Amino acid sequence: MNFNLLIGGAAGQGMETLSSTLSKILQKRGYQLFTLQDYMSRVRGGHNFFQIRFSENPVETHRDDLDGIIALNQETVDLHIGRLNKDGFIIADDDIISDDPRVITIPAKRLSREIGNPKVQSSVILGALMKLYGLDVEHLDTILSEKFDEKVVKQNVDAFNIGHDLVESRFVPPAITPSPSMLIQANEAIALGALAAGLKFYSAYPMTPSTSIMSYLVHKSKKAKVVVEQAEDEIAAINMAIGASYTGVRAMTGTSGGGFSLMVEAVGLAGIMETPLVIAEIQRPGPATGLPTRTEQSDLKFVINSSHGEFPKMVIALRNPEDAFYQTIRAFNLAEKYQIPVIIMGDQYMGDAVRTVKPFDLDKVKIERFMADEEVYRNGKEYKRYELTETGISPNLRPGKVEGTMVNADSDEHDEYGNMIESGEIRIQMVEKRAKKFELLKTEIIEPELLGESEMEVLLLGWGSLHSPLTEAIQLLNKDSKQKFGALVFGDVWPLPEKLLREKTAKAKVVINVEQNFTGQLASLISEVTGIRVDKSVLKYDGRPLSAVEIKNKVLEVLS
Amino acid sequence: MNNPKEFITFETAWCPGCGDFGILEALKETLQDMEKSPHEVLVVGGIGQAAKTPQYINSNGFEGLHGRALPAAAAAKISNHKLTVIVDTGEGDSYGEGGNHFMHNIKRNVNITHFVHDNQIYGLTKGQASPTSDTGSVTDFTPDGVNVIPLNPIVAAIGLGVGFVARAFSGDKEQLKKIMTEAINYNGYALVDILQPCVSFNKVNTYAWYKKRVYNLPEDGSYNPNDKIQAFTKGLEWGDKIPTGVIYREDRASFVDKVPFLQDAPLVDLPVETEAIKEFIKEFM
Repeated sequence: MNFNLLIGGAAGQGMETLSSTLSKILQKRGYQLFTLQDYMSRVRGGHNFFQIRFSENPVETHRDDLDGIIALNQETVDLHIGRLNKDGFIIADDDIISDDPRVITIPAKRLSREIGNPKVQSSVILGALMKLYGLDVEHLDTILSEKFDEKVVKQNVDAFNIGHDLVESRFVPPAITPSPSMLIQANEAIALGALAAGLKFYSAYPMTPSTSIMSYLVHKSKKAKVVVEQAEDEIAAINMAIGASYTGVRAMTGTSGGGFSLMVEAVGLAGIMETPLVIAEIQRPGPATGLPTRTEQSDLKFVINSSHGEFPKMVIALRNPEDAFYQTIRAFNLAEKYQIPVIIMGDQYMGDAVRTVKPFDLDKVKIERFMADEEVYRNGKEYKRYELTETGISPNLRPGKVEGTMVNADSDEHDEYGNMIESGEIRIQMVEKRAKKFELLKTEIIEPELLGESEMEVLLLGWGSLHSPLTEAIQLLNKDSKQKFGALVFGDVWPLPEKLLREKTAKAKVVINVEQNFTGQLASLISEVTGIRVDKSVLKYDGRPLSAVEIKNKVLEVLS
Repeated sequence: MNNPKEFITFETAWCPGCGDFGILEALKETLQDMEKSPHEVLVVGGIGQAAKTPQYINSNGFEGLHGRALPAAAAAKISNHKLTVIVDTGEGDSYGEGGNHFMHNIKRNVNITHFVHDNQIYGLTKGQASPTSDTGSVTDFTPDGVNVIPLNPIVAAIGLGVGFVARAFSGDKEQLKKIMTEAINYNGYALVDILQPCVSFNKVNTYAWYKKRVYNLPEDGSYNPNDKIQAFTKGLEWGDKIPTGVIYREDRASFVDKVPFLQDAPLVDLPVETEAIKEFIKEFM
């Protein structure tokens, strides 16, 4: 069983409640699911939809063809009916005009008015939907009570039961033994990862599609004892995070490409001051304002090259919510160990998609702190903030903690004590000291994940959120085609891991990069670092996410 | 360079006779008189001649980006409120490049002290107009004289809601020290605009020019700094007579006072709330 449902309407019509309640019911019954969000940059009206794909088996990504449409307005039917499978259904109110035999009319508006609350129409629809799938619902009141008070919960349960009685079951649900899962977006997973890593200070300016990271943190700030500050702009946001980090707390900021453009001078500040910093960059199509609520992977080279001057930084592309959680924690550990900015990259597609994942395991999480040992300085050792060492890593002491020892951080080129200098000799020492850290960092990078056939004839290369559609695309390609397909999906992108890449590209007959951008930035980066050139490209830049089937078709097309 | 006891000062790159020296000396003596230890004090600067102050005083130092001293300083204070945090930087850094931060850190009201070296000229870049240059001033980039109105930081600060607004003159060390002490002791964001001659590039607003004009606000009770309207009036006074002293004062809760979990220990000493995070994970299940 593998269903793909679309819930569509105008903003403000209750789609979100319907979608989240349905997702929660499915999750509690043990289904695995992937919910894609497609919304416009406006608060009311417009055309928005959710696509919920669910199955008793793992669901990696969204699907384009639909098994059912829940149409809250006429536009939803008109826009999406072409994607509906032959034996699919449309649930629509009686004011929607269609002579399609697949329409099941549910007069939810009228029935909800009879109950006395027009807002419960989504529960009428939900009731009908559950009956259609042969699912009874045990947890409805518990799920609803998370959002509503007792009276409204009862109205919704009544509405649900009325809807339930309106249709006949069409499907027999599979027997599932529910195993624990989390229903989560990658942006929430980033926020949770940051908390698990010991985040204490988060400053940001709201920017779609990164805002949900801050939103989650704000609501947990009191319990987690974390200061979350809305800055006046992204420049303040990053400079605040650096100021906080200077005192020894774990600090982070987050934004999208436009906000990151404002931040880049301070990325260099963290670089030369050697102040640990984690930055989340959740991409959307640019340049400038671009398409605010849509998806793209077009900031890769910008992020890697952000800020003037030369200094080490690390860039990690997050691949899914689970990866987002664990890699965010790793980002904090590495930022502190190497005293560098670490930028974690996501995008709208992954950031907003809600999916089931294995529960995050805090026992697997290790907070590794690398602040300087205060005791040795209390015992009289001379402190030099930028002490030249074998590894290039200097002791980072918390200011104010050791009497008689002061910590001087400087954006000017400086000597070991943090005093600004003009000396060419010291400049060389400091440039080389910072560069050494990058060499050491290279020993910690993680190779890309290999998907599909290890001895592949066709090698696909991707990064970040394309992990999800590529996982399924590789399965489809290996099932439907005679050639052997494999993929490498990069998480760590800077420094660029080269080992698997060199090994696999040397053997594969054809190498294809699959990216959500126009210029093929991963391919360009690989070529710059390794000299390896791809043979073909599959690129998409309409702001909409690549699906597995789309990748499969486009790969076969470029191969023919 | 680290002396455990004293706020010694170091060799500077300032021009001989620069007004910055008076401010640096006053700052050093104020901190010593207040019996602060250098490791308890953090001096934050942006970029500019004045912004080099963190380099020249024996304390913790954070010399950040041009215009961005305030957000970094505010966050450092929020993260370790045991530190005495002083932003010591110029008027270009504070009111020009950092104008948006100036405005919003007023709203934030973090307990930091902001000493602005205001010489009405850009020194480090060799003599361009600053946000406070008087209309008509001939500068490198305004050969026909500045044709825009100067920013009045005192009136702007009172209008935007700063709880402690003072003006001082670098040529009057005793009054400057007194104001500095009061500003550092104030619980909240305190702004002291310090008039300071630039001997190299500002040939108008010289020591003599200021000395002729500045006068101390009376401290016999005849001037009430809690009176906002009176403070606006004094703030607007500029020309033949320039008042110095605490122009406006209003006591209120600062940022950290309003964060419940910061009342027992500074943020930097708080442990990770592992049990709470375990609960957060369960909420997604």
